[in-house]
Amino acid sequence: MENDRSEASDAREMIICRDVHKWFGDFHVLRGVNLTLRRGEVVVICGPSGSGKSTLIRTINRLEEHQKGDIFVDGIELTHDIRNVHAIRQEIGMVFQHFNLFPHLTAIQNVTLAPIYVRRWSKDKAEEVARQLLERVGIPEQAEKYPAQLSGGQQQRVAIARALAMQPKIMFFDEPTSALDPEMIKEVLDVMVELAKGGMTMIVVTHEMGFAKEVCHRIIFFDEGNIVEENPPAKFFTHAKEERTKVFLSQILTH
Amino acid sequence: MTTATEVIKPPRTEVGVLGWLKKNLFSTWYDALLTFGSLAFISGVLYGVTKWALTGAKWGVVTTNIKVFMVGRYPYSEVWRVWASVGLFVVMAIVTLVVWRLDIARARRAVTIAWVIVLLVTIVLLKGFGDLRFIPSVPINIWSGLMLTLTLGIVGIVASFPIGIVLALGRRSSLPVIRVFSTMFIEMVRGVPLISVLFMAMLMLPLFLPASISGRLSNVLRAMVGMTLSSAAYVAENVRGGLQAIPKGQYEAGRAVGLNEAYVMVLIVLPQALRAMIPAIVGQFISLYKDTSLVVIVGLLDLLGVAKAVTGQTAWIGTQKEVFAFAGVIYFITCSAMSYASRRLEKQLGVGER
Repeated sequence: MENDRSEASDAREMIICRDVHKWFGDFHVLRGVNLTLRRGEVVVICGPSGSGKSTLIRTINRLEEHQKGDIFVDGIELTHDIRNVHAIRQEIGMVFQHFNLFPHLTAIQNVTLAPIYVRRWSKDKAEEVARQLLERVGIPEQAEKYPAQLSGGQQQRVAIARALAMQPKIMFFDEPTSALDPEMIKEVLDVMVELAKGGMTMIVVTHEMGFAKEVCHRIIFFDEGNIVEENPPAKFFTHAKEERTKVFLSQILTH
Repeated sequence: MTTATEVIKPPRTEVGVLGWLKKNLFSTWYDALLTFGSLAFISGVLYGVTKWALTGAKWGVVTTNIKVFMVGRYPYSEVWRVWASVGLFVVMAIVTLVVWRLDIARARRAVTIAWVIVLLVTIVLLKGFGDLRFIPSVPINIWSGLMLTLTLGIVGIVASFPIGIVLALGRRSSLPVIRVFSTMFIEMVRGVPLISVLFMAMLMLPLFLPASISGRLSNVLRAMVGMTLSSAAYVAENVRGGLQAIPKGQYEAGRAVGLNEAYVMVLIVLPQALRAMIPAIVGQFISLYKDTSLVVIVGLLDLLGVAKAVTGQTAWIGTQKEVFAFAGVIYFITCSAMSYASRRLEKQLGVGER
């Protein structure tokens, strides 16, 4: 399979975004984003709603198309070539705000679907891996249940297991706890913390600053289609340089 | 103030059958009045019908003509072939049920292949060959009665389903040629009555095909094509409704996990869409089955056509009530069976629960 590994294939640079622009019709949602993500880095992207942070990670995953700029994932360039897109999607695991589990399949079938049909594993191998993953996220006993029978926190953990089943190199989280009740947020965050401490490369779009302080290497403040400020957590909360960042922090930290 | 060991039962008139009766039929005085009024009306109607059915009706017309109803003008001496086909279907149905329940993986493929073989065998058996003494030819135009209704119905249903799905996907395609063609086809078929589709199939189908084939196209085959294409358009719209109801997140999750477009459609979206649309699609199939009665317009005798012909027999003048009641009962049985199967299917797939 031909991949455009033309870019300096520095194995430590997992994601490179260079001057990425995207328009929804006339609305300029991403305005020249420059982002680099190294292997093992955990990055939290925060910002006001409508700023484009979800759009950014969806664009890297090709759930949306960018009109200008370059994106490289693990050396593969994101172009219109469908083989590149498929290769990139297999490297990135995505967890959505509204879980997006497949309701007509049980939890374990949700997890084994992609490995069986994309990686062509046998059903037994896929199920064994799936059970291990479900155990890793803490719900091995829910394997035969349908998503409608699970709580929100359990569903999101199945979604995380489903993303991990394809053994991705990078994990994207698009506001994973925003649709959950407060009691369930912790169980999902615990799984994400364990993933981060295990060395997974992650981009997390979230408002959970506790998670950010605990495990992330960089916090990015995103507003109006571009990165405003990025800093390690130690400096981000106390030494915000931009005015917009300070305003945002005052809004979310008063909770 | 009950202790744990004391069990107080609810009052007898509030639960169970008595409770239901009290709540639904006799809760207030006008409710009770309505109940008695309806009971009187229903029993009056039923009394009249039952009395006619048991005493006044001449059921002889049905019993003496039962063969005509069932297989129409099929030669009497060859009727054993119809029995053989029915027997084969029943056996295959039982085998399929058993294999599906027991979930033997290898056997499923074998059963599917067996069905295809049985279908071909049945067609050959029923049609026969020209000179064979064992199974002489029975041209398909001779098929009539319930046999024709079932044939048209089954072929129409089985063929229009996949064509309808393809049309629905085509209508939502991003390629303009496919989309325009699918839309035009669906709208043209839906824009004319089924009778005109049948007429077009009868008269115009030979124009579309080379002369060598069109000469051998029997009327029944042309009717099958007409019914199938017509039903496919309606099935396509039903399926499209189901596809539109699937949240975008399902497509996105499928793509994000690495599946290509075809797999996303087949594994994730279509199962959910078809599940949601079972009532509408089965409704279309039941409608198609009953619409086979329209082929009398193009000269074929289905169950109703045969029924009408029977009422013209000199020995049985004036027996329309019995004949059409019988035809109605046959239709009712088949359509109820389809409705029942659809409900069972919905229950098994958990529609409305997950």
